[in-house]
Amino acid sequence: MMEATMKQKGFFGQYGGQFVPETLMAAVKELESAYEEVKEDKEFQQEYAHYLKEYVGREQPLTVADRLTAAWGGPTVYLKREDLNHTGAHKINNALGQVLLAKRMGKQKIVAETGAGQHGVATATVCALFGLECIVFMGEEDIQRQQLNVFRMKMLGAKVESVKKGSATLKDAVNEALRYWVAHVEDTHYLIGSALGPHPFPEMVRDFQRIIGDETRRQSLEKEGRLPHVVVACVGGGSNAIGMFTAFLEDEEVRLVGTEAAGDGVETGKHAATLTKGSVGVLHGALMKLLQTEDGQVSEAHSVSAGLDYPGIGPEHAHLADLGRVEYTAIDDTEALEAAIELAQLEGIIPALESAHAIAQAKKEAARMEKGEILVICLSGRGDKDMATYEKRLEGFA
Amino acid sequence: MKQLKVLKQRGNKAFVAYIMGGDGGLDKLRGQVAELVEAGVSAVEIGIPFSDPVADGPVIEAAGNRALNVGVTLRGVLEELAGWKDVGVPLVIMTYLNPVLQLGSAPFAAACKKAGVAGVIIPDLPFEHQSLIGPSLKENGVALVQLVTLTTEDSRLDAILEVAEGFIYAVTVKGITGARESLPETVTAFMEKLQGKTDLPVYAGFGISNERQLESLRENVDGFIVGTAIVQALHEGRFEEVKPLIRAATAPVSV
Repeated sequence: MMEATMKQKGFFGQYGGQFVPETLMAAVKELESAYEEVKEDKEFQQEYAHYLKEYVGREQPLTVADRLTAAWGGPTVYLKREDLNHTGAHKINNALGQVLLAKRMGKQKIVAETGAGQHGVATATVCALFGLECIVFMGEEDIQRQQLNVFRMKMLGAKVESVKKGSATLKDAVNEALRYWVAHVEDTHYLIGSALGPHPFPEMVRDFQRIIGDETRRQSLEKEGRLPHVVVACVGGGSNAIGMFTAFLEDEEVRLVGTEAAGDGVETGKHAATLTKGSVGVLHGALMKLLQTEDGQVSEAHSVSAGLDYPGIGPEHAHLADLGRVEYTAIDDTEALEAAIELAQLEGIIPALESAHAIAQAKKEAARMEKGEILVICLSGRGDKDMATYEKRLEGFA
Repeated sequence: MKQLKVLKQRGNKAFVAYIMGGDGGLDKLRGQVAELVEAGVSAVEIGIPFSDPVADGPVIEAAGNRALNVGVTLRGVLEELAGWKDVGVPLVIMTYLNPVLQLGSAPFAAACKKAGVAGVIIPDLPFEHQSLIGPSLKENGVALVQLVTLTTEDSRLDAILEVAEGFIYAVTVKGITGARESLPETVTAFMEKLQGKTDLPVYAGFGISNERQLESLRENVDGFIVGTAIVQALHEGRFEEVKPLIRAATAPVSV
């Protein structure tokens, strides 16, 4: 159905595009040409690299997880430590890149959406750093379950707007951020937090996150003299996963596994497993895979993890799934919570709930792998923000 | 759509009323349209509810949610329209793209034709991607109405106007649908520019809710599209209150 648009710029196979109202088109085009410019601009890339090193604290280690390796009894397990970034997750890699671009474009205001609050915190942080006004839209339900991050954003000087519409989660926060952007395009940049939205966002977010995979690939060669056999990352919109996978796409021998949230279970209807259960549709400016009804209404997603609670998936992931280059699986709430405890008690690292999905999937992968093989998990964020959920869900466990 | 062209030729202003299809129940739609026609509107735009209406403000979003809650679908609205006799004015469907994609481009266009729909507006289907739906509509003789905005660049504007059919939907604000006290100052110049570039009727939409706005634009447009004010009035049972606005818009210019 998409032959006519397939070869256009901004598409990944049949997915992507710029499905935005005409009221936003000028802003999207302005961003597209601004990004084209900085992509090749040495000075911009140096500035970005400078802040990644001096402010974010990169590069991050690829930590060997000895006790996890022993417990799982299979491959050598490595953790890519995005949890060690300033603000506690991979989100700041992208927030920093986009805020530098916004500054170049002369925008004085940043609007963003956030699910778990990690992207909101990262955005509020870089706005404070560069003295830009910051407005973050966040679903009411997410505000309840990520209180700590809400306070962090406020302390950083951002305005947090509660979204009570729809499922009051990430999807609805994106709607509100888009509406705000339409009304303030002249002085405002929309700093989207995942590899979603109209072109150039999916490509730009991927480029600002690809440092994860670039570092990992080099570190694996340095430490092991070879590439990993399997790389696992969690997928909501898909920014940490696309950042990790991009470096390995050409290395056909490396198995890439993206893990979505199965919530209560993929057969229960209460999940966020878009690639397992979704179909082709348009949301938030891109043609991608969606959880939706047969009449084309977008469904509500469900996951214990606010950051994976999104009924779509980035267009490049949808394409990689079609190609079969990346395998996509789903991990339910219970499996993720168990994996979080295991990592905490064996490695002394409390992961974000999102990353816990990748750990649970990695355990399944490890069971099918040989000793001496290499398994890399993208530990996309730390669990400080999730302590209230852990406390509630794991009462009596620890 | 011919009727709208005739209005323009005669120098009469058009009033296009937007309503949310199925707000209050799909069985109310026919009566609502009849009431609008009776009140003198020139065309009726029937909105299809969508879960994520990013081009709309809170009033239309809430109307859409009410319609969704009673199970209104794109297919359902088109089937309802197909059962009607000629209502006397052109009917235009306004829907987001995703429900159309799920129905399929060709079945959608065929259903529009069967329902007697004169035109379709799809706000999140920009000019670039119109080959997805446009050819099917053309085959069925249904116009794909183009939106242009204050921020649409000149070269793009020319390209859009070249393929435009029916009427031009000229967005008067930077933002989403919903009533505004006043419109940006650049609107008049924008409308004037449009008039110089197209023979199609140019209608101003988004943010229009009072007679003062009508008067400020009257010289430079061929008509007005009013949504939020009508949706709200219908929902609250105050339809009488918008009748003066319809009369003011469509009244012959006093000499």
